[in-house]
Amino acid sequence: MTALLGPPFLQHALLAGTAIAAAAGLVGYFLVLRAQVFTGDALSHVAFTGALAALAFGLDARVGLFAATIGIAVLMGALGRRGRADDVVIGSVFAWILGMGVFFLTLYTTTRSTANGAAGVTVLFGSIFGLSGAQAGVAAAVAVAVCLGMLLIARPLLFASVDEAVAAARGVPVRLLGYGFLVLVGACTAEATQAVGALLVLGLLAAPAGTAQRLTHRPFLALALSAGLAVAEMWAGLGLSYAIPHTPPSFAILAAAALVYAAVLVAGAVRDRRGRSRQHAVT
Amino acid sequence: MTPLTRLDDAVQPSAPPAWPSTGDPVVCLRGAAARVGGRTLWRDVDLSVAAGEFVAVLGPNGVGKSTLVKTILGLQPAAAGEVRVLGGRPGRANHRIGYLPQRRGFDATLRIRGVDVVRLGLDGDRWGIPLPGSARFARRRRAAEARVAEVIDLVGATGYAHRPIGQLSGGEQQRLLIAQALVRRPALLLLDEPLDSLDLPNQGAVAALLGHVAHAEGVSVMIVAHDVNPLLAYLDGVVYLAHGAAVTGTPDEVINGPALSRLYGSPVEVLCTSDGRLVVVGAPEPPAVHADRHADRPSGARDGSR
Repeated sequence: MTALLGPPFLQHALLAGTAIAAAAGLVGYFLVLRAQVFTGDALSHVAFTGALAALAFGLDARVGLFAATIGIAVLMGALGRRGRADDVVIGSVFAWILGMGVFFLTLYTTTRSTANGAAGVTVLFGSIFGLSGAQAGVAAAVAVAVCLGMLLIARPLLFASVDEAVAAARGVPVRLLGYGFLVLVGACTAEATQAVGALLVLGLLAAPAGTAQRLTHRPFLALALSAGLAVAEMWAGLGLSYAIPHTPPSFAILAAAALVYAAVLVAGAVRDRRGRSRQHAVT
Repeated sequence: MTPLTRLDDAVQPSAPPAWPSTGDPVVCLRGAAARVGGRTLWRDVDLSVAAGEFVAVLGPNGVGKSTLVKTILGLQPAAAGEVRVLGGRPGRANHRIGYLPQRRGFDATLRIRGVDVVRLGLDGDRWGIPLPGSARFARRRRAAEARVAEVIDLVGATGYAHRPIGQLSGGEQQRLLIAQALVRRPALLLLDEPLDSLDLPNQGAVAALLGHVAHAEGVSVMIVAHDVNPLLAYLDGVVYLAHGAAVTGTPDEVINGPALSRLYGSPVEVLCTSDGRLVVVGAPEPPAVHADRHADRPSGARDGSR
């Protein structure tokens, strides 16, 4: 049975990738709904710096990943109004943090005798085919925990995202939910960085969610669809990358995600044009 | 509505207020005061709203109308006096209150159906996600869906409730939000400027809907409004806040020259146009009834809610 899934490295990638994609799909749906996609992008910069800082100090890169993304996510919630940081603050602070990442990269490659010269590239673009069985197991467990956390807070978070004041009057802990969500975003970003890399995390968070929101207006169906699409795109990407030589998995996964989103956009535009002949705006 | 006029600090009403004889009032304030940021917004406010009454809270900008709503919700403690809501302290019975805060409307890109927004009013505060299947949950789900459909029909939104709410007009969104506030069969409905940003026909239609909710469904409705005119035909009572005090009574008792002159402490006239609309003239602050809230907002004066 396991032989059908190919060599061990592919099995590990499938195990971790499936769970990570599901988590990214669930988290991404709320990022798109709350117009916080930029938060996910900013946290991916933090992920890069966190991973390289950990390497530079001789720690496991994952320690730095999770500590940095979750810590900064909570900090953003505290600094920003209602857990939504200001655009200019994000822009300038996170460019600086990315610069720190470059500093740690130099520190790591020049001072550690055992340094992996490709560490920077690995963190930026992911290395899902390089996961050991134990790493894949931990990644999958954390991603499943993120999924469960998202499912637990999904309904009140939807209420708070759509209608904050009414939700607060109803007794929904709006601020606490915002923090909880940011922690899950941080953990999910750290996870997804291992799969597709810090630079490409945004695609996994935004594309399936955006596609799902264009396909249905039912919130919980869209949430399930977002997770399902992310998983399917992960499988398609891993399969393509395995079958076709010289195709990095990160590229294949995000190509699949972008292609599906583009197809849904075009299909929607064509349907709109047919439906209303006099229509001007095609969104 | 208890006709009770608060005049000046020197002129305290000697007789105790005549509360409605039948049953407990839904909302009851006695000598209540509100203080925000060290500034007393209003004090010695007496008010009583019975079941099924439709009451408007009027007054100029920054006088504390939204703060009155928040005091009733228990979000803003009263600085003095007694406030009782649904027979208890404010905030205790919020599950029996439908609340519609002041808002700008939904973002045009929000891709969620109106019916889902209404449904959130029913069970949006429950953890987890609604699970499909499972016969045990099926009956409860059908009951919830029936209640949502019923309340959407009540507000006349059935025709567009399944479209994304961001693409609906302001009036359509407002009806769906009223449905959301009503879906749990509240005893009290609190609305903060729901007519703001609606065009005149929609203002009239929403006012008629709220009158129906109060008088036919027996829900007490309190509405913060800037312009009393769309509401006049349906109102049972008016609370007019100005100069740190309030006049309460029927619309005729409150919105007239002598009553408002006493409240403002300077001559105020209420004119009636040929089509029955009321215009307040001569109030020291910008005319509170029938005024645009943004064009003439006095510098420094801010709405109590912010």
